[in-house]
Amino acid sequence: MDFQIFAFLLQDGITMGAVYVLLAVALVMVFNVTRIIYVPQGEFVSYTALTLATFEAGQRPATVWLLLGAGAVAFVMELLSLRAAGALVARRIAPPAGLYLAIPALLAALSGAGVGADRPLVVKVFLSVCIVVALAPALYRIAFRPIADASALTLLVAAIALHFVLVGLALHMFGPEGLRTPAFAGESFKLGFLTVSPQFLWVVGLSVLLIVCLFIFFGRSLYGKALRASAVSRRGAHLVGISTDFAGSLTLTLAAAIGAVSGVLIGPLTNMKFDSGFLLGLKGFVGAIIGGLAVYPLAAAGAVFVGVLETFASFWASAYKEVIVFTLIVPILIWRSIAQPHVDDEGEAEE
Amino acid sequence: MTRRILVPAVPLLLAIIAPFVLSSYAVTMLNYVFINAIVVLGLVLLTGVLGLISFGQAAFVGVGAYATAWMTVTLGLSPWLSLVLCVLVCGAIALSVGAMTLRMGGHYLAIATLAWGISFYYVFGNLRALGGFTGFGNIPAPSLGSWTLAGERSMYALIVLMLVASIWACVNLLDSRVGRAMRSIRYGAALPESFGVNVPRIKLTVFVLAAMLAAASGWLYAHLQGYINPSPFSVTVSIEYLFMAVIGGAAQIAGALLGAGVVTLVRDWLQDLMTALVGQAGNFEVVVFGVLMLIILNRAKSGLWPFLNSMLPKPSRCALPLAGPLPKVKRPSSTGNVLEVRAARKNFGGLVAVNAMSFEIEAGQILGLIGPNGAGKSTMFNLISGLLSLSSGEVVFRGRRIDGMSSAAIAKLGISRTFQHVKIVRSMTVLENVALGAWLRTSTGFVRSALRLDRAAEKAVFADALYQLERVGLGDMHGARSGALALGKQRILEIARALASDPVLLLLDEPAAGLRALEKRALADLLVNLRQQGLAILLVEHDMDFVMEVTDKLVVMNFGEKLASGTPMEVQSNPKVLEAYLGSDE
Repeated sequence: MDFQIFAFLLQDGITMGAVYVLLAVALVMVFNVTRIIYVPQGEFVSYTALTLATFEAGQRPATVWLLLGAGAVAFVMELLSLRAAGALVARRIAPPAGLYLAIPALLAALSGAGVGADRPLVVKVFLSVCIVVALAPALYRIAFRPIADASALTLLVAAIALHFVLVGLALHMFGPEGLRTPAFAGESFKLGFLTVSPQFLWVVGLSVLLIVCLFIFFGRSLYGKALRASAVSRRGAHLVGISTDFAGSLTLTLAAAIGAVSGVLIGPLTNMKFDSGFLLGLKGFVGAIIGGLAVYPLAAAGAVFVGVLETFASFWASAYKEVIVFTLIVPILIWRSIAQPHVDDEGEAEE
Repeated sequence: MTRRILVPAVPLLLAIIAPFVLSSYAVTMLNYVFINAIVVLGLVLLTGVLGLISFGQAAFVGVGAYATAWMTVTLGLSPWLSLVLCVLVCGAIALSVGAMTLRMGGHYLAIATLAWGISFYYVFGNLRALGGFTGFGNIPAPSLGSWTLAGERSMYALIVLMLVASIWACVNLLDSRVGRAMRSIRYGAALPESFGVNVPRIKLTVFVLAAMLAAASGWLYAHLQGYINPSPFSVTVSIEYLFMAVIGGAAQIAGALLGAGVVTLVRDWLQDLMTALVGQAGNFEVVVFGVLMLIILNRAKSGLWPFLNSMLPKPSRCALPLAGPLPKVKRPSSTGNVLEVRAARKNFGGLVAVNAMSFEIEAGQILGLIGPNGAGKSTMFNLISGLLSLSSGEVVFRGRRIDGMSSAAIAKLGISRTFQHVKIVRSMTVLENVALGAWLRTSTGFVRSALRLDRAAEKAVFADALYQLERVGLGDMHGARSGALALGKQRILEIARALASDPVLLLLDEPAAGLRALEKRALADLLVNLRQQGLAILLVEHDMDFVMEVTDKLVVMNFGEKLASGTPMEVQSNPKVLEAYLGSDE
């Protein structure tokens, strides 16, 4: 392997790694706030890329109908629980009606603007991201809100069930073929003796920007602080008036936004299929675990490592790519087991 | 009593009748349900009881299936021999995966098994010698003499036999010395370790056991099908096993059967239904399946079996099988100083929590450790019990240094403790909780427990547990669910549990907190009585009247250091103590 190929692979690896970083950060965030190991995170990536690809093909994506349907189900569930609580009043009905009915309807109406070959890519990207992100609160309401206080295991299983549903629907909505969205950056250029792809710069730049934004959000804003409080202690946060439902819904929406941006970034790089999200999410998960599901910078470093490793592995032995990626985690696990030998996992209080 | 017989007997009878009345299609379905149930049984122990998540069970099933395929086809070994070998190979793999990760938190096991599961799938998919992704065929059916177990009906007999044997072993295991320790682990490792349980070892053993059950299931699968490829052993299938465990009710044996049944049958039924409705398979059924599972979780958070179980009549309590006595622990008789703390120091970074603490406790003495909030009492307590390690200094127990030892090792020497924040296994009865404390007094392991060869020892343990309960005045509550007790009673229960280990030194962390006046009176009498029997007691307590009444000697701590020591009278009149508690006059 000469230096050119090495540099090219490294660039590719870091690009993928940057996307895994985003996924890892989203997974760590969701786990800390809600205790959900968020298996469907990767689906938000593939949904966005595939929605964008459908717009590109000049059609209205079926995700719009999914959004309307999920919103309607979430709204009905909300109404039922309001009725059970004896709080079926306009003041309580309005917010969910806006979130689950009005926003999806608005997006459905706007989605026509993205259909047509002459429409600018920016509009299509914006619509794709909005549609996928708007799904998140409805999905939280349907799948997780009723069992928010159940054990982490039950939450994991609900996440898996949601993953099944989303993958099955994706097959129906987007078909079995792989799609690729157009590159949104120009031709590669030479920087000294290096060939630099502008896509690489976009992905890395946007990832860094997004992480900085998250950092500011969590560090400075009240909502960010509320989420951090919920992560430290759900009960404590509840006592000072932070609604755990709200925290959960907001976190999942943020995670969906991160996934959606990742989808836009990664769409031109790989062939995206209806079930590609799972492996993407899994690699983000691996990165997150390397960071111990708690430390953001470590999770990010882990994710970049996974991306680079994967690219080099697929260059050398592409059939064994996944094996190499997933077995080279073992030394890291051993290292972490020696570096941090005593983890006292506090028992789950139940009943 | 009727329920105890009916719950296992009815399904067993149905299973025996089934192959004679059902179509071969239905028998085949049952075969798959039962094969899955064997894997899920392992997950019930691992995930439901211990709370550890594994994404690698399908890969263990795969190792079992591929190992037997290779051994019987390529090497020409007998399937029965290969059954033993498969199980051993899987056990060995689980041992190495587990040894590497189980010392850490639960998520590391999840990721290690995930890595293992994915690697397995791609390695076996790419191995030409084992057929790659296309698969491996012509696996022979096992035979008994001249009877070849070919076809779904004869394999059914074998599958049911292995399932029933596995269920029997798992039920026995959960209802044993080891089972009690297993059930306590979810409440944090500090609890079982305080009676000397080696927690990592239990976790590892259960992980290996679950892998062995998976291997047996893989063996059955390979010989039932006669043909295997890597796809039923992928991570997705591992996730499905977890699914079955949780849908059924993860901590219950019956849940394993129910979950495997519901998930396997519903999937199959949906496949047919959707093909009929939509006209093509492989598209909508997974969506409907996912939605159904979400609805089930929504309705029955802890799974189907607890939900159904609440509708069945409650089990009537049967008489306690008791036989005693449990032998006392043989220890040299203790006189003089039992515990000596010499210049103990503990700092957390720059914060010195305990500094230059020295004191000793004699046999037959109650020593009170008091001080204002934040004085370092609980830290001192945890330094003795081994939950924290000293920064410098020594803790000597009966002439032997114990600083640096694990809590389990310290418990073995005869130190027993209670917790400031009560730690009891809420789902177990009061009596079982106390029996947990007697861990070190019997030695029945996994194998003897699973084969139910532990009855004599168990009877003695329960007799002793009941004696300890009567000693602390909770004898009439032995059958109650411990989570239902009032907080004060739970504290007393902890003392009974600590006594069940037959200790030399008893460490009590705020035992009187939350007790009513009468209960406090009874506790004081109990402590005085224990002192007369030669027990040494270290008491950390805030209730001054109580402390002054029962203790022989007091050590007062303030800002991590010893402020004063002496008899209760001396301490009460010590001006430095008064100042620390009440503030100075200036």
